[in-house]
This record gives sequence, structure tokens and C-alpha cells, in this order.
Amino acid sequence: MAYDFRQSPVVDQVGIEERVARFNTRSIKKGSKVQALKLALNMIDLTTLEGKDTEGKVKQMCYKAMHPHLALPDLPTTAAVCVYPTMVKTAKEALKGSKVKVASVSTAFPSGNSTMQIKLLDTKLALDNGADEIDMVISRGEFLKGNYNFVFDEIAAIKDLTHKYNARLKVIFETGEISTLDNVRRASDIAIYAGADFIKTSTGKIGVAATMPVTLVMLDAIKDYYFKTGIQVGMKPAGGISTAKGALQYLVMLHETLGNAWLDNKWFRFGASSLANDLILQLEKEAKGVYYSKDYISVD
Amino acid sequence: MERIEVLKTYKIFIGGQFPRTESGRYYPLKLKNNMTVNVSLSSRKDYRNAVIAARGAFSGWSARAAFNRGQILYRIAEMLEGRKDQFLEELKQLGYTPAAAKKEVEQSIDRLVYYAGWCDKYQQLFSSVNPVATSHFNFSVPEPMGVVAILADESSALLGLVSVIAPAIAGGNTCIVLASESKPTCSITFAEVIATSDVPGGVVNIVTGSRKELHSHFSSHMDVNAIINCNTEKDFNKTIGENASLNVKRVFTWNRNWSDEKEQGPYYITDLQEIKTTWHPIENIGVSGIKY
Repeated sequence: MAYDFRQSPVVDQVGIEERVARFNTRSIKKGSKVQALKLALNMIDLTTLEGKDTEGKVKQMCYKAMHPHLALPDLPTTAAVCVYPTMVKTAKEALKGSKVKVASVSTAFPSGNSTMQIKLLDTKLALDNGADEIDMVISRGEFLKGNYNFVFDEIAAIKDLTHKYNARLKVIFETGEISTLDNVRRASDIAIYAGADFIKTSTGKIGVAATMPVTLVMLDAIKDYYFKTGIQVGMKPAGGISTAKGALQYLVMLHETLGNAWLDNKWFRFGASSLANDLILQLEKEAKGVYYSKDYISVD
Repeated sequence: MERIEVLKTYKIFIGGQFPRTESGRYYPLKLKNNMTVNVSLSSRKDYRNAVIAARGAFSGWSARAAFNRGQILYRIAEMLEGRKDQFLEELKQLGYTPAAAKKEVEQSIDRLVYYAGWCDKYQQLFSSVNPVATSHFNFSVPEPMGVVAILADESSALLGLVSVIAPAIAGGNTCIVLASESKPTCSITFAEVIATSDVPGGVVNIVTGSRKELHSHFSSHMDVNAIINCNTEKDFNKTIGENASLNVKRVFTWNRNWSDEKEQGPYYITDLQEIKTTWHPIENIGVSGIKY
């Protein structure tokens, strides 16, 4: 499908911010709140991406993904765990028998500064180890130079590989580095047309991570593509979403922009680590009727 | 043209800042000069936010050198002394006679200085080395409980507040205080004193509002470690006791005449401490061969 990415729609920044402010005024209480909190928990990609990661830490996190908080019955699992390629095998084994997926970052995460050959090998390593999903980063330098074809081609090449393994591909823009909403829209279009199954805001490795305006621009790109082709693309805001209240605001935005079809962890994820515990804290508050303490929730 | 005096908006004090209550509610309070103050009628969510602030501030405050905590408490006294006139005026508007107001402020300042002195001394007095039969060096030290919720004395505008906040923070705790319902203005001005005294944000949080509405939330919050009620309402104390059992909070009823010089002392600090005992695997620590 021919598409000139220089012609991506420009974004009305004030309009986006006002729309976002509206989402944040919605009031969700009682039964709907509990349902939304559980849904949010079920949409988390529980993440550890640190130099100091060990097999032990990953196993611990996988247990948490399968059993977020045993004191509350009927809690869902998280959607997936997200780890480095070298940890995929450990995670896969720890999650055996559960529905929790294993996502792996790749393509020289987080900077993406490497050759195509190495990026493909990096991805292949994760896939060979059994990753169900790949979170790749785009080359922000090339993107900012205006070398959109390069970015398109690299996404397409990785997609080719993930497709062979029947894995889903998430494409990370690092929106804090490509700065403007116009750029975010353009990157979204490039990734979607190049075959991304999910588009994702950030690596979580720089100061500016997911924000609601950026996410709304990306949701709009998904919406336009859906109207044009009938194909659904997923969305994953990552980094900086640590409170239940914030997560519910994202869900409101998702619901009012893309509708019910996206209210499922097949189409929407939160990349987060501390969000899970805040959701549990609020679920306990709803269950017990009193404000709860993190003292009673496992740290990892 | 005659100048219109700029009057203060009395807000609440959470995490070192002065937000309005999230509920947007207020209650009117008539002053002696016939002016009416709209006092924030804080909600349980304000309290929840204050607990988050207090919990966040706890690790830093309790880890401060005890001597430094003493310096900061002394600093509060200095700031209070400097703004004495403002408090005298405010107390008069709340119905204090000039003499009573003067006594209230001066005793508050003195009490802060008193507890400032205790900051780095109670540990020695209440710690112990314990004789044990095994080959361990066994010792016990007081450690701060954590987050303390306080329902301040209804009858006192300033001294009642200072007399409970000071021992709580002197011992390394952080606190959330519900100010006197009928005399709340001084508490917010006192918050301004705290905010300019190097007390880290969140160590002291002050909300105004209804004790009837808030006492159950103050006592039920699972992330609060102790609750002090300085009043006598029997029903409230029953609810507080029951709610506190949820997470085994320490419960204290300090219904005292704070203007009495006897109502200060290190035991107010140690009430809000937990004793930690350490069994250290070493036997002889002195040349004499003495076994502790």
C-alpha cells in the first residue's frame, strides 16, 4: 500500500491536550472501578529490563505475574512479562502452564544503535528462546534525519522474522526522543504500515516516558488505519504509569477513542512494574472498605 | 483611596504544600472581629493523600541523624518565636484573652525547645544491653513506629497541637494531624512555621475538618502505625479501638491539660517507639572478659 509518510496528518496539540483533560474528569466508581482495575492488571506487561537482572529476579517476577496477590481471590494474571532476550528461556520455563506471555525487547534495546545484522540476530535469539512477543526499538537518529524509508525497512525486516515464528511485534518509538506530536503521528503511521502488531511509546529508559497526549495521537493513528483497512493494531504505553488512577484514565481514553474491541489485553498493554502493586492496593481497598498498605503486598 | 486588606485563605498542609481540600468543602468559622473564615472541611481522600505523603517522608526523616532532628525542632521554635505577634492576634480572634494567648504561644515555643533537646538523648536512656545465657551480645533500642495519626485537642488552638506533634517527630515518626475543629486557624499558621523550618515535606501534615466524619478513617487506614486521640468522646474511642485492631495500630488517648508543665517528657516520645532487640553473635566485647 503506497503511503507517503511526509504526508502524515499534522496534529492539533491544543486539541489533543484539551481532549485528554476531558478524559481525566470521568468518574469511575464501585463495581465498574473494580472491573476496570482488574482489566488494567490483566493488561500489564510486567517488566524488568536492568543490567542487574538475574534468573532469580526473573523467576520471582514470573511468579508475581501468575499470582499478583494471593490474598484476593479471582485476580487475573498479568498479560505478559517483558525481559531481555537472554532471560526469555528462564521466563518461559517459569511461566509454563500459564497463559502469561513472554515478551522480549530486542534490536539493541534501548538505543537501537547497531547494524541490521545484529538487530536481526538479537531478535532471532529471543525468538529461538521462545519469546511470544518482540518489543523492538526504531532508529530514532535515522527517523529524525528524515530517513523514513530506513525506519520502515528495518521494522519490515524484523516483522518478517517475527512472522515466521508466529510472534507478535511491538514497535517502540521512544516518544521522548522524537519529541513532537507530529513526529509521533508519523512514526505511528510508518510502524503500522510496516506491519507492527502493537505500537509502543517508550523504553522506560529515559526521563520522558508515556504521556496521555502522546498515547492519544497513537490511538488516533490506529483508528485511521482501522477505518481504512479494517485491521486492528494494538497499543502499549510504557513507563511512568505507576498509579491505578492514571491507568484508569488511559482505559477511559482507550474506550472513548477505539471502543470496546480494544478493551482486551490482546490489543492494549501497560508496560509497567510498580503499577501492579498500586492496582492491588486499590482492589484491596474496594474489597475491604479501608485504605490498604503496601506492607501486605509482595514487593516483586 | 482606602486600601482593602488582603485576608489569608486557610488551606490545609499536605506533603509540604498547601492544597485546598480535594472535596471543595468548607465550614464557616466566626471570629471575634466578626469576620468569617471558610475553613477547609477535609475529606477521607485528603487524609489518604496525607498518609501517602507521611509514608513517603518516613524513611528519610527516621534516617536523619538524631542531632539534626533536634536542630530542626529547635528551628521550629525559632520560627514560632519570630511570628509570635501573628499567633497572639490569631488566638485573640479565637477567643483567648491577651494573657492566655501569650501563655499559649510561649509554652508552645518552650515545649518545642524541650523536645528538641530530647531528640538525641532518649535513645541512650531507653536502650539497654541485656544479659543472656547464650554467646550473644544482646541489645535493645527504640525505633520510630512510622506514621502516626493524631486527633488534636479540641480545646487548645496551638499548645495542644505542638504538644503531640513535637514528641512524634522528635522520635523520627511522621504524622497527620486533624486540628481542633473549633479553633483551626492557628494550626494552618503553625503549618507555615513548619514549612519554613527545614522540616522535610510530609513529615508533618495538618488537615482541618470534622472529627465525627474523619475519626473512623483515621483509625482504619492500614498504612498508619499509631493513632492518638486527645479528646474524650466515648463513641469515637470505641470506633477507633475497633478499627485500629485491623492492623494492630497502637492506640493512645492523651486527654491532657497541656498547659501543665508535667505534660511533657520523654515518655511521650517512647510511647511512639517500638523496641528492637538484636542478638549479635559475638560474646566478649571487652578486655575484662565480662559477658553481657
